[in-house]
Amino acid sequence: MDLLLSGFDILARWDVVLALLTGSVGGVLIGAIPGVGPAVAIAILLPATFSMDPIVGLTVLLGIYGSSMYGGAIPAILINTPGTAVNALTTYDGFPMTSRGEARRAISLAYSASFFGGIFSVICLILFSPVLAKVAPMFGSREIFLAALLGIILVVTAHRRQTLIAAALACFGIFINTIGLEPVKYSKRYTFDQSFLSGGVDLIVVVLGLFALSQAFFLLQGEDEKTRINKLKGGLFQGLRELTRHPRVAGVSAGFGVLMGMIPGVGEFTAQFMSYTYAQKTSKRPDDFGHGSSEGLIAAETANNAVPAAAMVPLLALGIPGEALTAMMLSVFYVHNVVPGPQLFQNHMDFVVALYLALLILNVMVLVFLLFATNHLIKVVKIPNRFLGVAILTLSFVGVYSLRNSATDCVIAALFGVLGFVLKRLSLPIVPIILGMVLGGIMEVKLRAGMARVKAFPDFFLDGRGDNTSLRPIAVILFLMIIAVLALHFRRVWLDHKELKEAKWSTKHSSTHIGAHLSRRRNSILTERGKKRRAERSMFSPRSTDRS
Amino acid sequence: MSDEDLSRQIGRRSGQIIFAIAFLALSALLLSQIGDQTKWVKKTKFFAQPRFWPAVGLGGMVLFGALHLWRLPRRKIDRFDRDEVLVWAQILEYALWFMAYVLLVPLVGYLPVTVAFMPLMVWRMGYRDRRLMWISAATGVMIVLLFKSFLNVKIPGAALYEYLPGALRGFFILNF
Repeated sequence: MDLLLSGFDILARWDVVLALLTGSVGGVLIGAIPGVGPAVAIAILLPATFSMDPIVGLTVLLGIYGSSMYGGAIPAILINTPGTAVNALTTYDGFPMTSRGEARRAISLAYSASFFGGIFSVICLILFSPVLAKVAPMFGSREIFLAALLGIILVVTAHRRQTLIAAALACFGIFINTIGLEPVKYSKRYTFDQSFLSGGVDLIVVVLGLFALSQAFFLLQGEDEKTRINKLKGGLFQGLRELTRHPRVAGVSAGFGVLMGMIPGVGEFTAQFMSYTYAQKTSKRPDDFGHGSSEGLIAAETANNAVPAAAMVPLLALGIPGEALTAMMLSVFYVHNVVPGPQLFQNHMDFVVALYLALLILNVMVLVFLLFATNHLIKVVKIPNRFLGVAILTLSFVGVYSLRNSATDCVIAALFGVLGFVLKRLSLPIVPIILGMVLGGIMEVKLRAGMARVKAFPDFFLDGRGDNTSLRPIAVILFLMIIAVLALHFRRVWLDHKELKEAKWSTKHSSTHIGAHLSRRRNSILTERGKKRRAERSMFSPRSTDRS
Repeated sequence: MSDEDLSRQIGRRSGQIIFAIAFLALSALLLSQIGDQTKWVKKTKFFAQPRFWPAVGLGGMVLFGALHLWRLPRRKIDRFDRDEVLVWAQILEYALWFMAYVLLVPLVGYLPVTVAFMPLMVWRMGYRDRRLMWISAATGVMIVLLFKSFLNVKIPGAALYEYLPGALRGFFILNF
């Protein structure tokens, strides 16, 4: 209770309230505009938050992160275009509902489900935080290294059918992070004797290039889409009532969201996939899924909104970001010399609780705002794409240039912008690069520190020396998890391979091979049996030339 | 490769091969420089070597990049791949616009350049609607007011502002 009060105490400032308001309304707006995701907005705003107090800066960013998915559901339901990437699943059931004239029901249900997911996860985490505070100190350098390694492996394996290129891009991120002056031996790495490279490549410059500039290029290069939106008539409160009729689906989906959010590298998509599959398998009307099922909509929206609060757990407790947005937030901590990790959980629990409370208040504010302002808000969908591209290009300048007032940074960001554009065109993943950069840096420091007292591989999991050794349980668990994830991944690859082979065999029949076909034909002409058959046939249907 | 392989590929097919080859070539080139660009320090543990992590990164890039190239369903460069590269090249124009904007701000000033840049860029994108031009200029003013005047982000005063008279000079350097 004391923790809660001290958390409220941290938040009771006019600038924090303003940050909450800006973050929530701004996040909804950004989410509602297809083409501008929270990543673009957070990347642009990041340098601006450096001059603010950590709690104020983080509240703005957290606000955008937490509320963008509410906004993203609006175009997903009304025009079948997800506002943010994680709302893609919402279109499956949201748009069919709009098509049959139930747009208001769908929007209202999406808000209610999102609200439930958001609130559920925050309450869960406030209740769990004492447990987390006890577990977090058990993480030493070796455990954090293993957790970061697990995170990177999960990010790579999550990109199904693109695992190889995702791994290559994660390694690219690890490589970029090593450029510059190495901090222990002070030797230069891949600077090619260029002074602008000796300071390394800044994460924010890369983030702005890969997310903001690439998106601007993508929009500038594309075409404007014509959209027609009808006004919603009536109130939006019915969804709350409807949600109470599906407590099981909502509860389980929010649970999946919390669990998946806590595991670095997994995130919204896996949570949504699991919740949706669960909802479909246990539903009385599984055939409705994908054709406007309210349960499907609840599963998708609850799961994705339960993730942001949970995603803060690995970031705050271990200093390990699980995805691109929390990776960006990590830089806010670094700028203010607040190092997230076990110490933060032990010594500044009130700060952690304040962040959770901010998320709780944010969800309430967003719901109230949306219940009354949706009709005005849907107009943002009409902003032309290429105009948006120009605006993002102009805004990206603020982000990159205000860091160090360096034109070189802008050139690097533009190069990464072009790379991001190419990756987007080819539908290749961008997130592994960012996580490779962040987790690569963490792994380098922690492995060096962790291996300082280790002589042989098994000692990695042991504490102390000589006879006084004890097992490091978390390290062993993490190591086993890495093995399990890899084993499961290879099993899936093998099953995919088998399935592909079967599909090939089942579609391949004799007629597809012209050589074999000709050879059979020749045999038929030459053999005795073939001649006999032809003679028989010619009796019943004589050749047309014979008659003339 | 069969149709099944192609149908399982995610995203656009054209351009994949060129990207994979370019990525692998660049990775291999960088890896070949590892002896020159990193150091192996004596009396230092293997995992603490400055060369260790660049080797992990570049080694992974070469290994996985090569495997990705090997597993691509189509391995011939055709006309569609070349067309795709032309699309990538078109983006360079926008990157140049961006760089021109970056270089002009310290000379002419954040406010004037932004107010001119947004309508100009909107015009370049093919919009001729007068209302949209005004909206874009107004958006430019809003962006400058929000970031420079209100949030005080670090964007230096322009060289041109030095020629402004007295108090106006200081006001412009601080706010616009």
